[in-house]
Amino acid sequence: MANFLISRLLYAAAVLLGVSVAVFFLIRIGGDPSALFLPPEASIEDIQRFRHLMGFDRPLIVQYWDFLSRAVRGDFGMSLRYEQPAMQLVLERVPATLQLGGAAFLLSIALAIPLAILAAANRGSLVDRASLLISLIGQSFPAFWLAIMLILLFSETFQVLPPSGRGSWQNLVMPAIVLATYSTAIITRLLRSSMIEVLQSDYVRTARGKGVRESRIILSHALRNAAIPTLTVIGLQIGALLGGAVITEEVFAYPGIGRLAIQAIANRDFTVIQAFVLFMAAVIVTINLLVDLSYGLLDPRLRRSK
Amino acid sequence: MMASLKRYAASHLAAAGLVIVVVALFAALFGPWLVPYDPGAQDILQRLKPPLWQGAEGIHLFGTDALGRDIFSRIVVGARVSMLVGVSSVVISGAVGVTFGLIAGYEDKYAGRVLMMLTDIQLAIPFLVLALAVAAVVGPSLWNIIAILGLTNWVQYARVVRAECLVLREREFIQAAHMMGISSLHILTRHLLPNVMSSIIVISSLLVAKMILFESSLSFLGLGVPPETPTWGTMISEGRNYIGNAWWVATIPGFAIFVTVVGTNLVGDRLRDLLDPRLRQMEG
Repeated sequence: MANFLISRLLYAAAVLLGVSVAVFFLIRIGGDPSALFLPPEASIEDIQRFRHLMGFDRPLIVQYWDFLSRAVRGDFGMSLRYEQPAMQLVLERVPATLQLGGAAFLLSIALAIPLAILAAANRGSLVDRASLLISLIGQSFPAFWLAIMLILLFSETFQVLPPSGRGSWQNLVMPAIVLATYSTAIITRLLRSSMIEVLQSDYVRTARGKGVRESRIILSHALRNAAIPTLTVIGLQIGALLGGAVITEEVFAYPGIGRLAIQAIANRDFTVIQAFVLFMAAVIVTINLLVDLSYGLLDPRLRRSK
Repeated sequence: MMASLKRYAASHLAAAGLVIVVVALFAALFGPWLVPYDPGAQDILQRLKPPLWQGAEGIHLFGTDALGRDIFSRIVVGARVSMLVGVSSVVISGAVGVTFGLIAGYEDKYAGRVLMMLTDIQLAIPFLVLALAVAAVVGPSLWNIIAILGLTNWVQYARVVRAECLVLREREFIQAAHMMGISSLHILTRHLLPNVMSSIIVISSLLVAKMILFESSLSFLGLGVPPETPTWGTMISEGRNYIGNAWWVATIPGFAIFVTVVGTNLVGDRLRDLLDPRLRQMEG
């Protein structure tokens, strides 16, 4: 177990290193960013001085090494727009996003798990077909449009919910619905198909044969086993799910890290973009690590083999 | 051909999906010659006119936007960007991903490990933000968007193709080809590729739907194609400011995206059911 953990941690570190390379070089393929920060009337000398000050005149590989050696010490540089460390800007916004993400996650779990179970247990029924239709529709919504439609309905027409900002629970309702739509669709679909497969397996037949109650078969035998593939794919999709938060926060002017990232992109605030991407990558890698470790809890057979 | 089309259309929903996709492709190809108005023509006197069924005296089926441009014409013409980006970026990611997957699956030593590592790196990056950042620095243009989307979404192809190759290469016909001294390149392209083709088709059709959504998100945020080209995402972003008094400006283009994506997903789902039911487990 300890060996397994160490090798997984090393691998996670290597992945983060790869992410840092990707983000550092990709946001610089447009070339020297000096021109973006200086007014058009800046003289050649000014530009030279600025480039030297920011270190943009050094070879990219040297700049990367500098960035990396600071980053491992927790220094992600100053924001190019605000007089604040980039990572601090990101971390300040985390609670807001966590609140939104948590609400959306609970919402999609509360909808998807019962729906998937009902669908799989009554295959071919009306519920089953409805679940397929719901997951198809949920996957096909452009998130930003759904957000605008909700604003049109609840803020403009009925005037029951605030269209933007953060503060009360009312502010969370619409963003959480938008964010939960895609994940509900994905989780319902995956859990339904793995439940269907598990319900056809030998041990379920055996359990039925010895007269175990159907509710117990579904909830304790089948659900637990069907959870493994579902969790794996959710772990793999977590980046896409968090990407949805970026758009959602932007439309609802919700002050989370996603909105910060959009603003940083608009401002060409490279250090904040880097800090954001690395922070998110660390979160995603950690979640996948936890998913890996949770297999042992869900399936005792896997515990021994590690 | 007719027989397989019949088998496909046995599902009514899937048949409807195919009709939607065909209509969208038709609009993308011939849109500019089909529309009643010039999609760029402004008419300030006709601004923010509601759609016909709202009882407007007008002649604009879906109404007009804030500059008096005909929304119906802009939607028909806007299909071109969505479909072009959707299809081209999928072709690029397919080409990259399948090549990588074939090599990694056939020569499973370092390539396989490198591939897994690249996959995990890509999955750890909040893709949308990176795409936005790159679009912001290289400048918004149609080909940049296609390149960005194409080069950041090939991982799924590589994973699936590699997994299938690992199984296939143990099969007799590949072993036999190997022993007959057929070159690796020939085995890869003539023996392995045809056998993974059905997976490739299924992934592609589902990926097109995702790409259409990505493109509309980029356009919505102003980082897609330049604003003078009508796209569904830009139309929603422009209409957003008039949501209080002219709901149709943002609503109708969104329906166009939604319907097209539903149609594409329906086709993808049907192809998956027909060609490769196993894939159902691999991705949502």
